[in-house]
Parts: sequence; structure tokens; C-alpha cells
Amino acid sequence: MTPLTQINAEITTHPAGDLLTSEEVSLARRELRRKKLIALALVIPLLIFLFFTFVAPIGTMLYRSVYNPTVAELIPQTLSSLESWDGQGMPDKAVMSQMAADMKRLANLRKSGKLAESINRYLPGTSSVIKSTARKLRRKDDQKIISQGAEFLLAANDKWSQPEIWQALIKAGKVYTDGYFLTALDLERNDAGDIQQRTSTQIYIKLYAKTLRMALIITFMCLLLGYPLAYYLANAPSKTANMLMILVLLPFWTSLLVRTTAWIAMLQTNGVINSLLTSLHVISSPLEMLYTEFSTIIAMTHILLPFMILPLYSVMKGIDPSLMRAAMSMGAKPPSAFISVYFPNTLPGLSAGALLVFIISVGYYITPALVGGTDGQMISNIIAFHMQQSNNWGLAAALGSLLLVLILTLYWVYDRFVGASNIKLG
Amino acid sequence: MNIKKITTSLAISALMASTANAGELTVVSFGGAYGAAQKQHMLDPYTAKTGNKLLFEDYSGGIAEIKAQVEAGNIQWDVVDIEVIDLERACSEGLLELVPTSILSKGSDGSSAMDDFIPSALKNECGVGNIVWTIVYAYSEKTIGSTKPRSIGDFFNTSKIPGKRAMRKRPQVNLEWALIADGVPRDQVYKVLATEAGQARAFARLGTIKNDIVWFDSWSQVPQLLNDGGAVMGQSANGRIFNAIKKDGKPFKMVWDAHVYDLDVWAVVKGTKNKKLAFDFVNFATGTKPLSGMPDVAYGPTRKSSMALVDPAVIPDLPTSHLDQGVKADGIFWADYGESLGEKFNEWLLE
Repeated sequence: MTPLTQINAEITTHPAGDLLTSEEVSLARRELRRKKLIALALVIPLLIFLFFTFVAPIGTMLYRSVYNPTVAELIPQTLSSLESWDGQGMPDKAVMSQMAADMKRLANLRKSGKLAESINRYLPGTSSVIKSTARKLRRKDDQKIISQGAEFLLAANDKWSQPEIWQALIKAGKVYTDGYFLTALDLERNDAGDIQQRTSTQIYIKLYAKTLRMALIITFMCLLLGYPLAYYLANAPSKTANMLMILVLLPFWTSLLVRTTAWIAMLQTNGVINSLLTSLHVISSPLEMLYTEFSTIIAMTHILLPFMILPLYSVMKGIDPSLMRAAMSMGAKPPSAFISVYFPNTLPGLSAGALLVFIISVGYYITPALVGGTDGQMISNIIAFHMQQSNNWGLAAALGSLLLVLILTLYWVYDRFVGASNIKLG
Repeated sequence: MNIKKITTSLAISALMASTANAGELTVVSFGGAYGAAQKQHMLDPYTAKTGNKLLFEDYSGGIAEIKAQVEAGNIQWDVVDIEVIDLERACSEGLLELVPTSILSKGSDGSSAMDDFIPSALKNECGVGNIVWTIVYAYSEKTIGSTKPRSIGDFFNTSKIPGKRAMRKRPQVNLEWALIADGVPRDQVYKVLATEAGQARAFARLGTIKNDIVWFDSWSQVPQLLNDGGAVMGQSANGRIFNAIKKDGKPFKMVWDAHVYDLDVWAVVKGTKNKKLAFDFVNFATGTKPLSGMPDVAYGPTRKSSMALVDPAVIPDLPTSHLDQGVKADGIFWADYGESLGEKFNEWLLE
């Protein structure tokens, strides 16, 4: 309970006239309101900043994963005339002519590529069909397109005579779609509209599982290495502790790229470690360490270690040494005193560190991209692929949203069992 | 009005006048030795000639940044060096300005631009060809051993030549090579790769060397991998290897069999406020003289008239001298299958 709400509670719980007159109560309330307003005014810049850098981008991302207006905006008339088609056989000639007219218009506006890219997602190989057909229609007479548009389409490419392309048009034409989320879960809708396993590729669930597994390993490694060090730091004489603290913080202040590249120099085939081991005759041929899951885990553990040590250290520093002495004076042996008295007191720092490391490593991008190779891939790398190479921003948004949901769920589970109020950063 | 105000307003008006006279243009390309050659032969001479200031930035290809700028209506790049494989998509999505061929100047020998450029350089209406570059594989004499690789089949034959192969982590070029190594004729590659069976065949062939592949994300990693022994053979842009041989004296050798060549073009981002100036720069940069500087990094100029100015010693290293052994990268195919094969490729990586 903050002091302000405490005052407020006191004011309201005491019946007027018992301790304070009603005038005094209203005076105190006014004073309280004024203080609250000042406090709010002070944080307004931060709130505005958070809105523009955090709330708005995440909101846009969530929206983009279901909002898919491109095709509906490009060929509205074709889509509305396709509504009468039952999905069996071929659509009417009038529908096809309408499509031809829409495509001619798009070709002259240089937007046929947008349509092509969107449809291609539902039926790979369609992009060139749409673009080449649109190019051929550009010079056709408007009147002729109305009367013979269907023939023009069929003459331009025989794919227009297959129902699949028209079904793809309908699927891509939905303004609000669950398609991106289904893809992100390795699912798809079949022609009857039922959800089924995706037939072409199964990749995203596997990647989520792998990302979680690696994040857990990294968190565990950080804990294993960080806990004893934090304990030593908290109990060492201040001169040694300060010295060691600088060694912890120095890498923390060094650029992430520098640290990742340093690991490349260490782990590569003829790198520091391999040369050392070979010259000591421990191994005869160089070990393969770089571009593997191993190198990703080791580099990320190193990079994220300070996030584990710092909260642990600050919590351990605050534990009263007399607690341990008291436990031992009551007859506990050092190990059991540690387990039943000291360790429970470090849990807030441990939770904070573990949660920080875990959440950061789940979304990590640059280190796996640089040292990960084939089997060090994480979900962030495929999100980057859809952002940068395939330009499927809707799918990238859906993958990102699922990652967000995943982390929030894990946080909720954690809160249920451990309690979020137990987290202590310092 | 006090003195301070007067000087401030004078300074502001002077600043505005200077930006009005000498324009400022943001030019974006791939950096590295290639970027340095462009700076030396295209950007610096242009600034010297016109007084226009050029900001030269690096990117790593793709159309995501251009798309973001055009969609947000916040154009920061004016002129972009773009691969034809991306140009096709960017142009048909309306992300680029149409570049009229009428802005292009004649060749130094007096031939018209249409005659002087190689046909594929002006094939797309959104860009003007700048260089012909290619993807080859290279090995280091130091680590290769006694059997030297000669063909793309050797790249896929780990029993003949053991050791790691460095490949870029993407389906492009890798799948083409896998099919050629599997016996598909070079001119049939894209036709076969468009079928389910052909894709399965390519992945199967790639799978035979999967455990021996070192994946990289940036071309700059390859010379380093070859040098430190991280890989015995590596796929690379030919200019990077050429540069490592000529400038750094590395004992690298290129294998030209089934190299996959493509063009880079200068394109102008749609909606730029400096369109006129951007066209002016594109015209200058694709003139006979500036283009003749590109062989510095072993990339072929797209003008025939530039070849007369090229050092004859470099000509055997240019992709244009090996076209009969090569495959032209198919931008239309990759616009069709880039995403679906990209997903399949990532799935295959995880297997």
C-alpha cells in the first residue's frame, strides 16, 4: 500500500467527526488530489513515450496479424461477384471478365504486383501468372474486356482454367483473416473450410518448442554459473567484491556485437580454443563448435549472465548475516541452514534473474543469427525472414503475437505458483 | 531585432539557399569493396562535377526497407542499388519510380543508350543495369589438398573432396546448384524447380552434404571462413573473392562451373522528393566512364562502350567472360516461389 492510498483509506475508514471534522477531511482530500495530479503530471512524458514506443507498435502488430485489406481493396468488384460462385467447377464468364477488367486497371496503376504477392501466398507459383496476365491485358480495349475478358484470361495463361486460383482469390480477399495465425500454428483451412494440419510445411510449432527449450537451457546455465558467483560477491570483502563486480559489469557495458564476434574468434575451426587444445595435444583434429546449438547457448549464456548476477547479488547483499548464525546456533548444520534459511531468502532475486534471462533469450535475434548456423535457429530468425525476405508482415506479426501470448502465459503460470510480488530486482 | 536574431535568420536563410542550389541525395548500396568502387567511380566524381551532396548508406538487399518507407510515406532513400531478383517485385508492387530510357546518355563511342547497354540492363522499366555479378564457389589452395574441385558436382561430392562447404542460408542458388549437380541441364533448372518432384529432388541432393555445410548470412563471412579453414569451399559473390585475392593476396581460386549470375541496377524509390536529381545521378552513374570502374571489383559493366576502357588483365575475371558456363538467376521464378521455398528450406534445416 502506498502512503497516499493509506491516507485515503484512513480518511474514509474513520467516521467523520471521530478524529477529524468534515472540513478537515475535505481539506485533506483536496490536498491528496493535488498531490496525485502533480505526480501524474510528472509521469506524463513517460506515459506518452511508452504509448508511442510500446503500446502503439504492439497494438499495430496485433492488428496486422488479423487485418488483411490488400486484396479486398484491389479487386472489390471481382470479390463481390465471386460470392455467387459455389466453389465447384469454374466461375461464370462474367466473373472472369470482371477479374480481367480489374487486372487491367491494376496493371495501369502498377499495383498488379501487390495482388500477385498476396495471392501467391495461398497458391505458390501464381505471382507470375497474375503479373504476366496483367501485362498482356494492359493494351486491351475496355469494351472488348467486358465482352471477351474470360477468353483473354484463358488465352494468357491456362492456370485461369483451374478452380484453385479462384479459391485462392476468395481466401486472400477476406479483410479479417485467421489465416496468419493458423499458418503460425502449422494449420490451414481446407476447401470445405475446416481447419486441418498444414500439408506443405510444418515448421513453426517445432521452432517454438526449440526456442523454449533453448531459453530454458540458457536460463539454467546462467543460474548454475551466476548463483555461486553472486554468493561470493555478496560475502567477499568489499575490496575484492568491487574488483570482481567490475569484471561482471565490463562485458555488460561492451557492445553486444563485439561480444558475439569475440565468441566467433574463440570457437571457430582454427580459433583460440581449438588451437590451444591442439597444441596441448588434447585433440588431434579441430572440434566443431561454431555454428551449432552449442555455440548459441554458450554465447547467449555469457551475454545474459549479468542479468542473472545483478538481481541475485543485490538480494543476497540485503540478507542479514545473523540469520545464518541464528539458524546454526539453533543446531542446523551449514548445508541445511543454507537450504532452509538462506536459499528461500534469495528466491526473489533468483526469480527476477531467471525471468529476465528467460524472457530476453526467448526473443533473441542477433546472436543466434551470427553463431547459430543450422541447428541454432530460433523463432526470432524466422520472424526476421518473413519481415525482410518474404515480406509476409502479416505472418511475422502473427508469429510475434503468439510469442507474446506464450510469454504472458508463462508469466501467468509463474505468478500462480511463485507469485509475481516475490520478484525483486534490487 | 537584436543582433542574435538577425544572425540566426541570416544563417537559416543561407542554409536554405545552399540546400536549394546544391541538392542532397541519399544513395544506398551494398558496401564493402563494391561500395568503395561505386564511391570512387560514381559518387565522388558526381559530387565533384555538380556540387550535389551525396549521402552513401549500406544495406543488405531485399525490399523490406523500401516497402516500409513507401508505405509510411516517409522516403529517406532516393537511389537504391538493387538486385534484379528483388527489382521485379519492387517494381510491380509500385515501390519504384519508372526510369525513362530517354534520360540515359549516349555511350562514349557515340552509340545510342539502347544500343550501348546489354539488353537485360534495360529490361525492367524501373531500373538501369549497373553491373553483372555472379555467385561462384571458391576454395583456398592452402587447405584444399591434392584433389582440386572443378565442377559443381565436386562441390556436392564429399567423398571426392572432404571438408566443410560454406553456403548462404537461403534457398536461392543452393537449390539451383543441387539440381545441376544432380544432372539437370542448366537451361532446365527453373522448370524442374517449379515442380513438387523437382523441389524434393533438390532438397534430397542438398541433404547429401547437409552435415558438411557451414551456413552464413553475410557475404563478408566467406573469405574469412576460407582463410581460417572453417570451410574448404565457399559460395560467394565473385567480387568478394577477387578482392581477397588481389588486395589481400589470399591463395583463393574460383570455380566458374554453373555460376549463377544476375544484374544489379540503380533504381529510384517511389515518391522521393528529389526525383529529378535522382534521375540525374542515375544517368551519370551509368555513363561509360563511371561504369568502366566497376571491374575494379571484378563486376562486369553493363555498357559495351565501357569495356574499351577496362584493363585487359581483369577481363578473364569478369562474369561476362564466363556466361557460357553460367545460369541467369530467374527473378520471376523467385518472386513465385521465394516464400514457399523459403519455408520449405527452413523446415528442411530443422529436420
